[in-house]
Amino acid sequence: MIAIVDYGVGNLFSLKSSFAAIGAEVTVTDDSEVLRKADKIILPGVGAFEDAAKKLRDSGLDTVIKELAAEGKPLMGICLGMQLLFDKSYEYGEHEGLGLIKGSVKSISDVIPADLKIPHIGWNPLLFRNGNNPLFRYINEGDCVYFVHSYYACDCDESVIAVSEYGAELTAAVADKNVYGCQFHPEKSGKTGLAILKAFVDMKEEDLC
Amino acid sequence: MITKRIIPCLDVRDGRVVKGINFEGLRDVSSPVELAKFYSECGADELVFYDITASSDGRKLFTDILCETAANVFIPLTVGGGINTVADFDRVLKCGADKVSVNSGAIRNPKLIYEAAKLYGDQCVVLSADIKRVDGVFRIFAKGGRENTGIEAIDWIKHCVNNGAGEIVVNSIDTDGVKQGFDLEMLEKVCDAVSVPVIASGGAGKIQDFITLFNTLPKVDAGLAASIFHFGEVKIADLKQEMHKAGIPTRL
Repeated sequence: MIAIVDYGVGNLFSLKSSFAAIGAEVTVTDDSEVLRKADKIILPGVGAFEDAAKKLRDSGLDTVIKELAAEGKPLMGICLGMQLLFDKSYEYGEHEGLGLIKGSVKSISDVIPADLKIPHIGWNPLLFRNGNNPLFRYINEGDCVYFVHSYYACDCDESVIAVSEYGAELTAAVADKNVYGCQFHPEKSGKTGLAILKAFVDMKEEDLC
Repeated sequence: MITKRIIPCLDVRDGRVVKGINFEGLRDVSSPVELAKFYSECGADELVFYDITASSDGRKLFTDILCETAANVFIPLTVGGGINTVADFDRVLKCGADKVSVNSGAIRNPKLIYEAAKLYGDQCVVLSADIKRVDGVFRIFAKGGRENTGIEAIDWIKHCVNNGAGEIVVNSIDTDGVKQGFDLEMLEKVCDAVSVPVIASGGAGKIQDFITLFNTLPKVDAGLAASIFHFGEVKIADLKQEMHKAGIPTRL
């Protein structure tokens, strides 16, 4: 079973539906026992980093997620949920993340030319990095996914598995053993997005490297 | 490189798609869910559902079909029509809409865009502007293009962007339905005035109109159309192939 962490951030309807559409058993939960029993965990998120990190801490689910990730349970953060996996974010100040992946989150305005629009919104092709990760086993390099974000993960070269080009190479997906993150929205990325979720669902222990 | 978006727009009344739609292989041509699936499979990059229902019963039917669509179609969904309050935003976002488009509601309630953007983020708020030339000046029209508000269009759009509109749909009443191409003059003025994504609407009649649009105005992010897609005059898969061949960044 796939458990989507419900900590009061954003609407999880599309995400839940997308797992249902690929035939996965899925539940939306804020119960740590359900998270412990789940095969895999999805950490969603939209909005501001500080607010989301605080909600996660206040719910106590941050500790549970860290503990389960350390035990090797596959975890995938999506959009802001991916950013939360990092050590810290510089979105309006400096805020601590879960520290599950080495690196930090900064404004894309630091790296893209001034004439490009922010947020980075729309469909952009994935360019694979550090080999061909099992997360992409059902898609091809160059397939487009849907992004909506103003901040990006950096100083994380070893864990980057895909980037997208938007005036600069922006981190699109990361992986460090059992911890995965997608900056884009697989639940809004058509067939490509569903194929990425399916690959995560199908992932076995030997794929997590 | 971000790709140029192609967006079909579906008008929905009482939970059914209006305007004669003619597609082979579709079980129910007026089912928004079936059509949304069809367009998603053809390569549409986003869908706009425009609710033209007047009654509250119809509203309920609309949100029901929206939920059903969002449970089955996994591309961005924008909802417009009858959006007058933040509660209207809430109603459609809960059903799986990703963006909400405001038109007359933003004219009637000057705080609507600001309040919605603060709650849901700029990326969620789309300003839809119906614009027509009156004595050589671009004016904003309300009530589905029937009423001249007298508001100067470029100033209005800038004002709305400053308040938090994250995207602008420019619908030229002058070219709408004429099928001789998009209103490039109007679109250029808007693109020069704002730095948020601009979606061109009104005037597309053939594939070449989209290619001319994106080649002439590279700042335009997307092309929106309704009947030419619904009647199969332009097939989205063909359009995207031709855009790709013309060197326009396209999601195939």
